[in-house]
Amino acid sequence: MTAHTADTEHFAGSNRLFISIWFWLLAITGLEVFLGYIHLPLFYMLTILMGLSIIKAALIIAYFMHLRFERMTLVLTLIPALVICICLFAVFFPDSFRSLGLRNPAKAPAAVEAH
Amino acid sequence: MSTEARADVITGDWGGGVLPYRVGHRKLGMWLFIVSDSLTFSSLLIGYAYVRASNVWPTPFPFAPSIVFSSIMTLCLLSSSLTMVMGVSASSRGEKEKARKWILLTIVFGLAFVVLHGIEWKHLIDEGLRPFALPHEWIERWPGATPLFGATFFGITGLHMFHVLTGAVYLFVVALRVKKVSHEDIEISGLYWHFVDLVWMFVFPLIYLLSIDIGKVAH
Repeated sequence: MTAHTADTEHFAGSNRLFISIWFWLLAITGLEVFLGYIHLPLFYMLTILMGLSIIKAALIIAYFMHLRFERMTLVLTLIPALVICICLFAVFFPDSFRSLGLRNPAKAPAAVEAH
Repeated sequence: MSTEARADVITGDWGGGVLPYRVGHRKLGMWLFIVSDSLTFSSLLIGYAYVRASNVWPTPFPFAPSIVFSSIMTLCLLSSSLTMVMGVSASSRGEKEKARKWILLTIVFGLAFVVLHGIEWKHLIDEGLRPFALPHEWIERWPGATPLFGATFFGITGLHMFHVLTGAVYLFVVALRVKKVSHEDIEISGLYWHFVDLVWMFVFPLIYLLSIDIGKVAH
């Protein structure tokens, strides 16, 4: 991405581009609903849905929220810290799976059963 | 970027009197608010995932009507994002009157979303779902299911609906004052609106699509 100095006032992106982004967002949503309709197992469903949602989020942020046309400095200030913070939330999940094992030993994950 | 251009950017940025991010302070403020609000929603969604993964969890939404209904709500929000970006685009060309019409259309889509969501809520409340209690039929169908289903459902979708409502009020004020406010101010209101749409892109799959009733007791 190059630095924008002269065209800060100009809102980049044509209406045609925005309509095509909208179309893609609808298409991905349609795919998600279709996956729900055919009932995939929960793990696959979760993985695929989160992947598709992240793509949708990226499209919205990049084009509708215009971040693709902003300076890279702004992108680097906002996005990596947010992503790292959200990933850090995942540290709680081993405890969540342990609780499931305590409540319902039949559903305990392998790591709990080993003890 | 060429060496000259890079040198120009660096001296320009550090020479003072310029905006290093090339955005105004209000727009930067909105971006920082959006980052913090993303963390609010992330923590709620992670909290939901935490209790869901450690409990028997009801999967009560039949494909028709619940999922079809919430898909239409998603369509409303996505379309409202398109009309918003059209409004911002019109405003960047100086067509403020056109921008106002697009923003008003955005508000209509947003309110349609809230009304549809309200109908959905009423349906679940009539069934007997409460923030800390499940309907009797659900308890029979999913024995040992956690009563926190309602807390996560109403908490997350409620906070999102609150964002849609405040966004509609915000956009209405912008639409009224469209000729007085600068283009960047209209763009900032657009940022907020797209963020509300963005959050729904995670709430819809996690809350609805992962809780589809598959016709037998879920594991």
